[in-house]
Amino acid sequence: MTADPVTAAACPECQAAVALAPDTLDGEIVPCGECLAELEVVTAVPPTLALAPDVEEDWGE
Amino acid sequence: MTGVRVGLVCSRVRVEEKLLLAALADRPGVEVVRVDDDQLQAVLAGPGDGPAGEDALRACDVVLLRSLSHSRQVALAHLLQAWGVPSLNRAAVLETCGDKVRTTLALALAGVPTPPARVAFTVESALEAVEALGYPCVVKPTTGSWGRLVSRLTDRDGAEAVLEHKAVLGGPQDRIFYLQAHVDKPGRDLRAFVIADRTVAVIARRSAHWVTNTARGAVAEAVAVTPELDALCRRAAAAVGGGALAVDLLEGPDGLLVNEVNATMEFRNSVGPTGVDIPGLLVAQALALVEARRCV
Repeated sequence: MTADPVTAAACPECQAAVALAPDTLDGEIVPCGECLAELEVVTAVPPTLALAPDVEEDWGE
Repeated sequence: MTGVRVGLVCSRVRVEEKLLLAALADRPGVEVVRVDDDQLQAVLAGPGDGPAGEDALRACDVVLLRSLSHSRQVALAHLLQAWGVPSLNRAAVLETCGDKVRTTLALALAGVPTPPARVAFTVESALEAVEALGYPCVVKPTTGSWGRLVSRLTDRDGAEAVLEHKAVLGGPQDRIFYLQAHVDKPGRDLRAFVIADRTVAVIARRSAHWVTNTARGAVAEAVAVTPELDALCRRAAAAVGGGALAVDLLEGPDGLLVNEVNATMEFRNSVGPTGVDIPGLLVAQALALVEARRCV
C-alpha cells in the first residue's frame, strides 16, 4: 500500500515526527532525521514505523 | 504476454525491490503478488488449507525471490520447486552461490579460473592451509555478503588470532574455515551481471580499501563488456547452474579470476553508471521462464 500525500509517524526511538513520501511502500526502510535510527515502514497507511532489525549473518546477495 | 501473475517475495522494500516493482508495473498484463517473508507460512506436511501467503505463491506463474536472508531464500526456493512454480533463481543455484565452499568447487570443477582456496575444520588444520596458501591470504565466512567478516591474514600471529576467535566465539559454520589466496588487485574488482546466459553489464568497484564492495563504500564505474569478459562470466554462471547472477572478478597478475557468484544480485549502484536496465532485464527473464513453460 502507498502512503497518502502528507503523512508522518512518530519515530519509535525518539518520538520525532518522520514524514513519509507519497510513494512510500510497506516494508521500506527510512531514516529518522533526528536520531538517525533506521526505521521500517510497517504500514504506509496508516503510517506505522518500527525499528529496523539489525543485519543478520546470512543477509546479502 | 497477458495474464501473468508474478510473485515478489521480499523482507524489506529496498531500492532494488522498488526498481523491480516499477519494472513489473511497466509490463501490461502482469499482476504483481507481493509477499512479505516475515508473514509467510506454508504447510509442509499434514492437514490444513494453504495459509494465505502459500496460496498466493502457489497461484503465481513465476516468483522473484528477494529475501535478505540466504537461508530463507533457499527454503522458499525449495517450497516453490515443490509446488511447481519457477523461481529466479532456482534452489540449487541459490545453494551453490550461498556457500563459498560449493561455489569454489563448482567453478574449479568447470575449469573456471578462480583464486587458490582451501577449506579446513580446525584451527590447526586451517593454519596449515594458510601457510600452504602463503601470506597474505583471506579468510571468509562460507555464507555471508557485503564484505562482512572477511579478514586478510598477513602473518602467523594474526592468523592464529583470527582463527582462534572464529573457533571460540563463532557458531558451527564459523568452524568451516574457507581460506583463499589474496589477489593483489589494482584497487578495484569487477562485477558482471549475467542474465539468461548473456553478460548484460559490467562495473568496476574502486576503493582504497582492499575490500571493494559497494556496500562498504566502493565507487562503481562502467566497464566495457569485452568478448573475453563475456565468455568467462557466462562460463562462471553456467558452472553454478545458470540464471540471473552477479559474477565478481579479480584482475590478477596472470589474468581474470572469478572470485564469487551472487544469486540475489543487488544493482542499485550499477544501473546509473552502465545505463543498463538491469531490473527490466530481470523481469524479462522471469517472464521468459513463464513463456517457456507455456510453450511446452
